[in-house]
Amino acid sequence: MANNPENSFVLRTKDVFLSFGAVTAADNLNIEVSAGELVGIVGANGSGKTTFLNLITGYLKPEHGSILVMGQETTGMPPRLVTKLGVARSFQVPQLYTNLSVHESMLLSLAAESGKGGGFWKPLHRDPWEQQGMETLERFGLETYADRPVSELPGGGRKLLDIALSFALKPKLLLMDEPTSGVSVENKFQVMDTLVNVLKESDITTIFVEHDMEVVQRYGRRVLAFDNGSVIADGEPEHVLADPEVRTAVLGRV
Amino acid sequence: MSLLAIPRMALVACALLFVIPLIVPGWIMFVLTKALFMFIGVLGVAVLLRGGLLTFGHALFYATGAYTVGFCVKWTGVHELLLLIPLGALAGFIMAVLVGLIMARYREVFFAMLNLAFSMILFGALLKFYWVTGGTDGLATGTATLLGNPLLAGSFGYYYFTLAVAGVVTFVVYRYMASPIGYFLRAVYDNEIRIEYSGMAVRQVVYRTFILAGTLGGVSGVMAAFTIGHIVPEDAFWIQSGEFVFMALLGGFGGLPGPLMGAIAFEFIQTYASKYFPLAWQMTLGIIMLGIILFQPGGLWAMYQSAVKWIGRGGRGGEQS
Repeated sequence: MANNPENSFVLRTKDVFLSFGAVTAADNLNIEVSAGELVGIVGANGSGKTTFLNLITGYLKPEHGSILVMGQETTGMPPRLVTKLGVARSFQVPQLYTNLSVHESMLLSLAAESGKGGGFWKPLHRDPWEQQGMETLERFGLETYADRPVSELPGGGRKLLDIALSFALKPKLLLMDEPTSGVSVENKFQVMDTLVNVLKESDITTIFVEHDMEVVQRYGRRVLAFDNGSVIADGEPEHVLADPEVRTAVLGRV
Repeated sequence: MSLLAIPRMALVACALLFVIPLIVPGWIMFVLTKALFMFIGVLGVAVLLRGGLLTFGHALFYATGAYTVGFCVKWTGVHELLLLIPLGALAGFIMAVLVGLIMARYREVFFAMLNLAFSMILFGALLKFYWVTGGTDGLATGTATLLGNPLLAGSFGYYYFTLAVAGVVTFVVYRYMASPIGYFLRAVYDNEIRIEYSGMAVRQVVYRTFILAGTLGGVSGVMAAFTIGHIVPEDAFWIQSGEFVFMALLGGFGGLPGPLMGAIAFEFIQTYASKYFPLAWQMTLGIIMLGIILFQPGGLWAMYQSAVKWIGRGGRGGEQS
């Protein structure tokens, strides 16, 4: 097993294809991501970035091709089972429990991660979850909001909590969909600095989709450029983002 | 915060419910007994409502519990509460396990109406199989026994036994709501996508809660059968289910005291309204429900909480820093 080349990649897609009518959202994608990588995905609207995340997490099924996570075939698995295999994601529009407090939301992620989310007798508010929950919130700079309802969080805080809830699942692969969208220009680097520091400490393989070229250039160590469901460039940020084809496809100008 | 407040509230409620029968006329104690067993059923409806799951068919489980008593009395002559309560709970549990397999797949209006459909099927069956069920005449349940000793409905002993059952049930529901699955249930109302992306199955959360609610309905039905002394197919009818929902909304489902307040208020409103407005008591209930929805959607429990806050501010309006 240890020598199986499939196991050396955290994520591997083979000829993954999906179309929505006449629009090809994933055009025979062959992407390999190794452990510890921080990969940024860029592309214009409709280029297939979010579709790619939805395919990996099982929200969408490819028409053909296969997806392997840690060497295990996940094609066709529902999001819940893919999550259990160690793939967590955050969303472009944060998916939060708006009627719970920030801390309670965190406790639910920890309970789910421990496999005791279905427990019906022992309380949710208990150690070690209480302590781990506060520690995770501190790492994301959200501890001051711990007892506040999620609905009272500012935009940047909502983005961070969405990612923190995924992070608490202790994933091997973390997918972030536009982590700075909806965050003010002044705060976007602060949000990304927080995220990158936490991820670096935890050594989690991360793929993030981002519209903002500045963010991708600054934080991505590898960039994939998408256009019409295909990867048109793959490499270091300075090379990919300087590519005229990429600039035309992503920015609409060279 | 509200969860921490519940045990104190529960103690106060228990103390009041313990003392009141000693100082009020016997008929009030009977109304309170009725409110207590209805409360057990309303708790199930209220717990489901916490997950945004409205059911118009909870009488399915209530009638299952009641007819469990009816059949046991008819065929075996057993009247023992300590045997029939677990048996009624088991009957409600099994019914919920079966019906829940389908119910857990649906939400909103389909969830509400599908449960209603199941209860109406049971209602029809109770009417049609009259040689077993007694049809429209129903079945008499006689007097309950506790450890072999007769326990007459309307007696102090019967009241305090019902209170004890209600107390145990409340404790179980309290633990459930404070547990991970209780919080996941609240989260079902909020965001099912995030639950699935946490690796939890939303359907399992709904299914298990539905089974809990069904079991509570069964217990409620057992106590109803002996309190009233007679069971009829109308126990499975949609009006009975509507009463459960009415009580849950009247008391509020934001905390466990709400269903108790709702059940007690409903029983007294019904008693007094039918006495003073015999031709318009349903209209009285309607007007009260209208008032609750328009002015205090959180029900009597939320009204109580607002009053406590208002008193805490010294009776002044506005926000205090």
